[in-house]
Amino acid sequence: MGKVLTIIVLFSIYVIYSGWVFSPGTSSGVRMTQKAINGKNLWHSNNCQNCHQVFGLGGYMGPDLTTVTTDKSRGKLYAKAMLMNGGTRMPNFHFTENQADELVAYLDYVNNASTLQQQ
Amino acid sequence: MLQHYNSNSMKQHTIGYRFIVLGFICLLLSISFGLIASLQYIFPNLLADRLSFQQTRPLHVFLAVNWIFACVTGIMYQYMPEVAGKQLYSPLFAKVHFGLMSLTILIATVGFSMGSFSGREYLEFPPWVTIIIIAYWVLFCINFLRTVNPKLKGAPVYIWSWSVGLIFFLITIVEAHLWLLPFFNDNIIRDVTVQWKANGSMVGAWNMLIYGTAMFAMERITGKKEIGHQKTSFAFFFLGLTNLMFNWGHHTYIVPASPVVKEVSYIISMTELILFVNIIMKWKKGLLRDANDTNPLAKRFFMSADRWILLNLALAIAISVPYINQYTHGTQITVAHAMGATIGINTTLLLASVTFIFENKLKDIGKKIIIAGLRTMNVSLLLFWASLIAAGIIRSIATQQNEYFSVMTPKLLPYLRSFSVFGVFLVIGIMAMSFTYLRVIIGADRHSVKDEIGQSVPVTSQ
Ligand code: HEC
Ligand code: HEM
Repeated sequence: MGKVLTIIVLFSIYVIYSGWVFSPGTSSGVRMTQKAINGKNLWHSNNCQNCHQVFGLGGYMGPDLTTVTTDKSRGKLYAKAMLMNGGTRMPNFHFTENQADELVAYLDYVNNASTLQQQ
Repeated sequence: MLQHYNSNSMKQHTIGYRFIVLGFICLLLSISFGLIASLQYIFPNLLADRLSFQQTRPLHVFLAVNWIFACVTGIMYQYMPEVAGKQLYSPLFAKVHFGLMSLTILIATVGFSMGSFSGREYLEFPPWVTIIIIAYWVLFCINFLRTVNPKLKGAPVYIWSWSVGLIFFLITIVEAHLWLLPFFNDNIIRDVTVQWKANGSMVGAWNMLIYGTAMFAMERITGKKEIGHQKTSFAFFFLGLTNLMFNWGHHTYIVPASPVVKEVSYIISMTELILFVNIIMKWKKGLLRDANDTNPLAKRFFMSADRWILLNLALAIAISVPYINQYTHGTQITVAHAMGATIGINTTLLLASVTFIFENKLKDIGKKIIIAGLRTMNVSLLLFWASLIAAGIIRSIATQQNEYFSVMTPKLLPYLRSFSVFGVFLVIGIMAMSFTYLRVIIGADRHSVKDEIGQSVPVTSQ
């Protein structure tokens, strides 16, 4: 196969594969509530992923938070307490109670999405 | 016939020099912020009010990525007229490119220092900045196309490599911003998968640009033009391209997207990098056989990149195996993989090209500093890298045992301390080389300005 043809074929497969990844390959049955959407915005504007990962994406100073809301040793209350008070390395962001709830709602949405394995 | 690289052969080289200087400035700032970030692991309150870890990490990573892009761009501007055998198509576009790139670096750096983030991993600057990035990249692409005018059919492999790198950077920077659409943003599985896809392939794009410059330099050093046209070189190039397009899924093993993504990327990942090692080995054989060696210093850098490629290849392949990945993901082993590759491979290859361009302008003392700097970098990087892996292993074990994070962190501290200490030596090695090159480049830039206004300048060629 010629080089130019090889590149055209590879690129075409790439385009089709990307289209598939963008849509059916990543569909999810779990929906975000408005509260979770607000929480997601807070997550990004406060750069939480600088220290935490969600599905492996993010920095390494803090723990992975993908399943924090249902882990036996952690859970929603623990997460909220950490958000309200900070920790040794976790900064205190001085969130209002409502903001902390929104962030927990977002993390809970992440947790639910993580447990729904696509087939 | 062997040739000394003749950096006076074109008058527009000053623009290439300026990008390289910009790259070194980014590198020096990046390693300074990296050092502070690593100290903040150990002393959580260090600079907490003014320059916290939330600021130092994005500053470090953003500037490190811009070191890579600015330097490879400068090297390409330097090589393009040489490859084409004619002047750069538009020096004006190149100047605008330089101005816009400097502007985006300034905006992001000031923004991060003030705590303004879009919150997207690795691309934390405000999304509108991307419009400027795309604008200058398009100017760069036009300059490349019009200067080199690549007729892909008969072109050597490095022209293919550059062309693909240029195009895929555009594709991936757009893809990385798809989250602006609710269709992506409102579904975390899609959002995270597409971010990993874009980031993973963007690394592939800059690798294509760097490998292109490395292959060009090696062609010149060995004088063996045929290697760039050989079938095996192209076979490896296409394997590299396949990896760029499809291997990113090894980052998403834990994302519950379709299992097909994992299967595709696992298979492709296993072929990873072996390709480049192979090419490099071939070039190296040619290099070593060279008796009339005119670029001994550049050769050292290429050989040291070889060793880092092998070491990182081993780690990358290991952590791409799903069974191993489930234990290593999210630990400092991933940081070792990221920095091992961006320092050991990318930075060393970029320094190899910079050395190739400026070797004949270095005085003896400069050469000695560069050799000492390279040695310091290599030894400290190895220990820095090993410390991260050790920290990652401890973290992985503690995570399996469901330990509280505040309980596991103290166990990591000894390794994070050694990471910081070796980081200091790494910084010293990189700084020694950077300042030596900056002196030479700025000196050469002045020299060439004289050249442009018509004073006679001796041209070194053999
Ligand atoms: C500077 C790094 C840093 C940033 C930024 C950060 N965290 Fe943390 N976070 C930590 C660390 C480290 C811990 C573990 C407790 C400790 O050592 O303080 C933690 C713990 C947590 C926990 C409890 C989970 C556990 O296993 O301990 C939650 C929930 C959390 N962070 C949420 C957030 C959210 C939401 C944000 C953004 C608003 C955020 N964090 C920003 C570092 C950070
Ligand atoms: C050429 C030099 C360097 C380059 C190209 C580089 C590149 C990078 C990259 C790409 C990351 C992101 C890693 C990831 O998210 O997986 C990173 C993170 C980091 N780097 Fe570097 N780095 C360099 C030098 C240094 C030095 C000298 C230090 C310290 C002394 C350092 C300390 C750090 C720290 C602390 C992090 C954050 C890790 C975390 O998320 O917890 N880096 N670097």
